[in-house]
Formats: sequence, C-alpha cells, structure tokens
Amino acid sequence: MIKRGPLMRGVGLAAVAAAALLFTAPANALKIKEVTSPKGITGWLIEDRTVPIFTLSFAFRGGSALDPQGKEGLADMVSSLLDEGAGDLSSKAFQSKLENNSIDMRFGSGTDNFRGSVRALVEHRDMAVDLLRLALTRPRFDAEPVERVRSQYLSSVRRRAERPGYTARRAWRRAVFKDHPYGREMSGTESSIKSITAADLKEFVAKRFARDVLVVAAVGDIDAAGLADIMDRVFADLPAQAAPARVPEAEIDGGGKVVVTQRDIPQSVAVFGHRGIKRKHPDFYVAAAINYVLGGGGLTSRLATEIREKRGLAYSVRTRLLTYRRAGLIAGRVATANSRIAESLALIRQQWAAIAKDGITAEELRDAKSYMTGSFFTRLNSTRRVARLLLSIQLQELGIDYISKRNRMIEAITLEDVRRVAGTLFRPEDLTISVVGRPEGVPAKP
Amino acid sequence: MFTAMLAALAAAGPLSPDAGAAVFNPKTFTLENGLKVVVIENHRMPVVRQALYYRVGSADDPRGKSGLAHYLEHLMFKGTRTTKPNEFSKIVARHGGRDNAFTSPDATGYHQTVAKDRLELIMRMEADRMANLVVDPMEAGPELQVVMEERRSRVDNRPSAQLDEQLAAALFVNYPYRIPVIGWQHELDTLTLADAMAFYRKYYVPNNAILVITGDVTLDEVKPLAEKYYGPIPRGPEVVRRANMAEPPPRVARRITLRSNRVREPRWGRDYLAPSRGQGKHREADALEVLDIILGTGATSRLYRALVIEKKLALSIGSVYDADLLGPTAFSFYGRPRRGVTVAQLEAAVEAEIAKLLKHGVSDAEVAAAKKRLLAGAVFARDSLRRGSGAIGTALTSGQTIADVENWPDKIKAVTAAQILAAAREVFREERSVTGLLLPEKKAERGAGARRGGGK
Repeated sequence: MIKRGPLMRGVGLAAVAAAALLFTAPANALKIKEVTSPKGITGWLIEDRTVPIFTLSFAFRGGSALDPQGKEGLADMVSSLLDEGAGDLSSKAFQSKLENNSIDMRFGSGTDNFRGSVRALVEHRDMAVDLLRLALTRPRFDAEPVERVRSQYLSSVRRRAERPGYTARRAWRRAVFKDHPYGREMSGTESSIKSITAADLKEFVAKRFARDVLVVAAVGDIDAAGLADIMDRVFADLPAQAAPARVPEAEIDGGGKVVVTQRDIPQSVAVFGHRGIKRKHPDFYVAAAINYVLGGGGLTSRLATEIREKRGLAYSVRTRLLTYRRAGLIAGRVATANSRIAESLALIRQQWAAIAKDGITAEELRDAKSYMTGSFFTRLNSTRRVARLLLSIQLQELGIDYISKRNRMIEAITLEDVRRVAGTLFRPEDLTISVVGRPEGVPAKP
Repeated sequence: MFTAMLAALAAAGPLSPDAGAAVFNPKTFTLENGLKVVVIENHRMPVVRQALYYRVGSADDPRGKSGLAHYLEHLMFKGTRTTKPNEFSKIVARHGGRDNAFTSPDATGYHQTVAKDRLELIMRMEADRMANLVVDPMEAGPELQVVMEERRSRVDNRPSAQLDEQLAAALFVNYPYRIPVIGWQHELDTLTLADAMAFYRKYYVPNNAILVITGDVTLDEVKPLAEKYYGPIPRGPEVVRRANMAEPPPRVARRITLRSNRVREPRWGRDYLAPSRGQGKHREADALEVLDIILGTGATSRLYRALVIEKKLALSIGSVYDADLLGPTAFSFYGRPRRGVTVAQLEAAVEAEIAKLLKHGVSDAEVAAAKKRLLAGAVFARDSLRRGSGAIGTALTSGQTIADVENWPDKIKAVTAAQILAAAREVFREERSVTGLLLPEKKAERGAGARRGGGK
C-alpha cells in the first residue's frame, strides 16, 4: 500500500497529566452527574447535546496481569472475540448489525483493567445496547472466529518481534519486573496463544465480568433516565461478584542494569527508567511536574533541549510516569544512530543526576504548573475522550470532585516539595536501560 | 482521503437525507494580501484551534533537494526576528495549549489548540513566523541531524516503510509523489539553510496560504485579529504549482520485492494508479470512494468475507483510496497471508475478486449500504474539533474548493452501480499496477545476513 500520509512533528506530550480546568467556564461543560439505576448500578454522566451521538464506556477492574501463567494473551483474545458472535447472532450477523448501523463497539484489555466502549447515533441506541448486552453476557466463541483471531494474534506476536521499540520495551520490563505478572508477555507468546481454548475464554467471561468490579461512564446526547435504562439492560444480569483475584505488589529491581539486544539496524532504540510513584501517592503531582520538566514536556523538556535541539541526536526523546495499580515507574525512550547512542544515554544520566541534585528552577515549576493546569482541558474534544476521563477518575478512585480539586493541588506545589521529591525519586545509578540495535560504546551490565 | 472527507463533514448540521448539502457552513473572507480565512464555529467548549496551511508540500521539493519542505517545517520552530529558537512551542505550552505541524505531499500545516481567550496570542505568533523567520545556522545544523534521525526511525529501521518508499517510486513514474516526504538520505546530506530560506520566501506568502480557525469563536471575532496580524504581511509573487506535471500513460505492470532478515511475516500489496479530485476527476473519485467501502473496508467487506472468513487465506485484507490529492493517486490493496498460504495464493484470490467485480459490478444493495456508512460517519466526525480544519485544509491545498467539500454528501448519494463499474474498469488494469512483496530472507541467505551483521 502506498503511504503518503503526512509526517507529524510527533511531539507526544506527557500522558500523565489528568483533568484540569483553566478557567471557570469549562466547569459547566464538565458537570458530572452520578446516576444510580433502579437495579443499583452506578455510572457517571455528562450530558452534551452538541451532536446527536452518545458514548458509553465501562471497565471491569482486573486486566491482562491476571492472565494465568502460560495463558498470557487470554484477556486480549477475549477482547477481540466478544463482537464475533453472541446470543443467536453469528459473527457475520453481529458484524453486519454493527457496520450497517455504524455502531462503533470496542473492547480492550490493559494491564490492570478490561475496558469497553460503544459509540452510536442516538437513533441506534436500542440496537447498540442490545448488542453490547449480548457481547458481555452471551458471547459464543464459535470455532471459526476463535481460530481466525488466534491466527491473527500469532501473526502479531511474530510481527511485534520485528519492531526494535517493542523488543527494547519487553527486555526492559523483564529486567525491572522480573517474575511479577507485569514482567510477563501480557499480549501472549506463540505457545500461550496456541494453548488458549474456548473453555478458557468462556471461563474468563464468567469469572471476570461482574458488577462489583464494574465502572461506567456515559457522555453525549443522553440523560440520567436513559443511562439508568442502559445500565440495567446491559449490566444487571452480570454476576454480583467477580472471582477473587489479586495481583501482588510489584518489587521493582534496584536497577543499574544495561541489557543490550543485538539487531541489525542503523538506529538503536533505548528504553530507560526506574521505580517511580503510584497514582494515589500524595506527591504524585510533584513528580508529574518534575517529569514534565525533565522529559514529559515535548520539545520544551530538558532532555529534548539537550538531546534533540542542541545536538540533533534524536527525533524523539521523552519520559513518562507509568502508574499501574501495583507499581509506579518513571520511564523513557530515545532512538539515536548506533554510533551516537552512547552520547544520548550519557546525557540522560547527566540530566537525571542534575534533577536529583538540584530539582528544577522556579521558572520551570511555574511553566509546568501552567501547562498542567491549562492543557488538559483542550484535549477533551470528543465524547470518547471525556468518557475515558470519567472512567479513569473512577478507576483510580480520585473522587467525583476531582476535576475541581486537581488544579488547587497542582497550584500548591512548592520548590521545597520539588527538592524533597526530586532527591529521593530520581536516582541515576538505578536506571535500568535496554538497548536494541548495534549500539557502539554501550556495554551490557548484568 | 476517505477519512478526510468524513472529517469534511465535521461541522455539518444534523444529517438529513434530503437536505441540501450544507456540510460545514464555513464562513470565509480573503484579506487584501490574498490570505484566505475560514471560520468554523463549534461552541461545545471554550477552546479554539488555529491551523495555517501552505499550498506547498514534499511534491514541490526542488529536484535534487528532496526533504526540503519537511526540513523547513522543522526550522519554522527555530525563531523569528523577535522570538528565540523553540520559544513558539514554549509559549504555547505555558499558556496551556498544544501545538504541532505536519508536511504532506501537497501541504504543510501548523496548528495550535488553546483556550479561546488565547486566540490573539497564537494568531500573532503564527503571523510573525510567516513573515519574519530567522534561523541561526547553529540551530539549522543540528535540526538537519534531527531529520536524519527521524528518517532512521521512520524508514531505515523498518523494512515495511522501505518497501512503501520503493512502491511510491515505482507507481509514480514521473509525478513527484515518487519522492518521499522525509527525503532521500543522500539528498538530505546536501540540504542547506539557504535552500530552506529560499523555499520559505517563495512559498510562505499570504496568497499561498489558508488560515482555518475552528471552535468557540465567530467570524466577527476572527476578522479584526486576522487583519491586524496577518493583514500587514505583503503579498508575494503568485505561486504556480506543478505546471504540466502528470503521469505519462502507464505501460507496464511492475513488481517489486523486498526481502529482509528482519521480516517474520510476509505482506502483499497492490497499487493501481487512480484519479483524484485535484485532477478534476470528481465523478470517478466519488464512485471509487463508495467502491473502497464495498470492496475492502471493514469486516463485512467483500474481500474480508471472501479471503479471511470463507477461504481462510488471509489474516488481514483491505483496500485504501485517497481521492483528495492535487496529483494522481492510488487505489490500493494490502493483505497478509495465513501461515501455510503463499503470497501468490493470496494475490490470485484478490485478483479473482477484482475479476468478479469487473464482470458483474456491484449490487444496488451494496451501494446503498456503503453510502449509508459513509454518510453516517459524517455525524461522528462532528464529534471532534480537530477534523473540521483538517478537511478544509486538505481540500484547499489539493486543488479543490469549499463548494467541493460542501457538495460531497449529495455527490456520494448520487453515485450509481454503473458509475462504480465504469470507474473500476478504468482503474483496475494490469498496466496501471505495482505489486509489492515484503518477504523474510530465504533460508540460505539468513546465515549470510547474520554473518554480515555480526561483522559490523
């Protein structure tokens, strides 16, 4: 296929910042209503009648990290098969109903949560609701779609291995998480994908889709009564409780390792990082502000300035806070020609050390705050985005008043906070680095 | 492009099948210096987006200087007479906004999204760099290195992207779409700041640009700001784009194969040289957009049903058709065979589907369903702020008018099965095609490849 799409400048700003309100006006646009249905299911709603569509998003707590050992990829495969036949509808019948009525139904498994969403024109609401109920309560897992999806997954396992960025991230996760489920290949391996049976898929649905782990959000042309009706129709027949399951707290390796994977490519790709901070930690925003200055802030960050702007060593270098339920990390990625990757890595260590020693400046803190408080709002430009936000606030248990509280918490950050957190959080000697390519001057360090 | 056209409907009123074609209801005016300004109102949130499109892209790169349009895009962030390098993005971020830019074969675009009361700030800054770009040579050198690292990331590290680059060069015998947007490495090596500044002076003039403001704003608010900041910039010489550039009549089917020890899963693709809206082939383009849905878009399309589900030959299969280009375009097929199936078998099955299409055409029911999907997508597109300006920008930089965008739903509704068959017979001809194969290295070569690599 000829690809002549545009080249984006690809800044990729930090994904860590959550909702913020720049001014008072947006508060009206983001007025969250908590809705409880007659059958006792609760969901959050923002009405918005700009366009005659609605988005319903939901999640079940518990994601791919719960896949049994040897069955990695199970949650992912379920997510690909729920809309491939359910109830009396074959795969073809189900897909035809979705496509002919332009109902956009998606499922996906993340590390900690299994998510889904449906977006449709209001005129197709009933059909969308019926199809979603069928998908969640009576998926068929017929042999044809199961084998088809299995072959697609096996192919994607092999194709992933072609990508240096993927290989670097895999090796890095193995090094930092070791035997913890987060260190496993959660999207599956050839052998785990081959071992998954229809019985496994059905068991997953029976054990994991339940009301006690359910979180719901809706945005768009829909009111409270409408959401209550949808929730009862889709979710009320699910079991009250999910099977007990718990991912243990992750112990993150003290680090300092350098893992080199040899690959015949002109540019080395490196993933680096160490232990970070969890989402509900009181210093989370302090860490987020420091991360913005170090490598989260697109082209304006210290790393981008030193590595990209001053020396032309990379097109993209960035860091982010990874916040899982059972682990917090700070990690980043850079790609530089084999002959100069050592220089990029040295600069990263140098900048890491500078932050640990001196924190950030008053001006940098001010800029980080104004970006963090102001930017998020401009991202909330579709019902799907807003629904995703409402879901995240609930999954992370930040409270329904979170949107109004968040800015004050960010504004309250002081340089003193920054120094305290930077000194303990950033430890250049602990950086675990994974490099894929033919890196020159980067010896492996076990 | 199909998706771009969906986006074109982003600001449309409620979809009513019989209504006249009010797609965007954009309001426009033109400044005395020739800058065309388009305003699309969307009052959902107090946010505005500014997008400035220049009618110049990689297909306008001077001969021997591929990558220049894209390099200039990078340099546009390196300061003006009154702002320092990278200050543009820093200021936008400090005001809680986001900014970015892109280069495509036909256009170069710069855009920012901010709270509505910061609109004046970003209009002032964007106008400033249209007129007053000043790049320190000490900044230009490292930025060229950045572009080269970008090329390594996007192309040199990825066999599939290398094949795509070769496919474009094979499909377009003469038209400059054969040049990669990022540029050929040996030509990137020779680019200079002087090249970029000459390109800037020639193309970055108000009469060669389109300003699109979308969001919580009205024309009455935009007009004085546009006059104040963009108005004083002098008109430049008129830009004549790609005069007399066209593909010669295609003569031979072409076939290219890339083998690499980094490829684990084979990929098959077929491109047919196809007409675009920029060439004035509106009727054919409308028909081919409907055909693209019927043939290769989604799990109920003909190809997916036949090759993936029924014959179990493919893991994936589909088609892509992008009509919104100034020059010639492609109607493309792509797919991956299942294990145990050869790319030749996959190819034969796609060809059988194409033969069936050319013999029997499409049914009225298929046409009606495809149109319904295309038109429903329009309502979803209105859900996002960003897609409106993109669609207007694409249309106005690819030889189309706002009226073309506005009339799109009516034109799609008017497409007939007979028109689709006629367009397909015109396009799906062997001599218009390039077939591209991405394959793993042969076993015998794999050992040699490993030794070569190991010796580095």
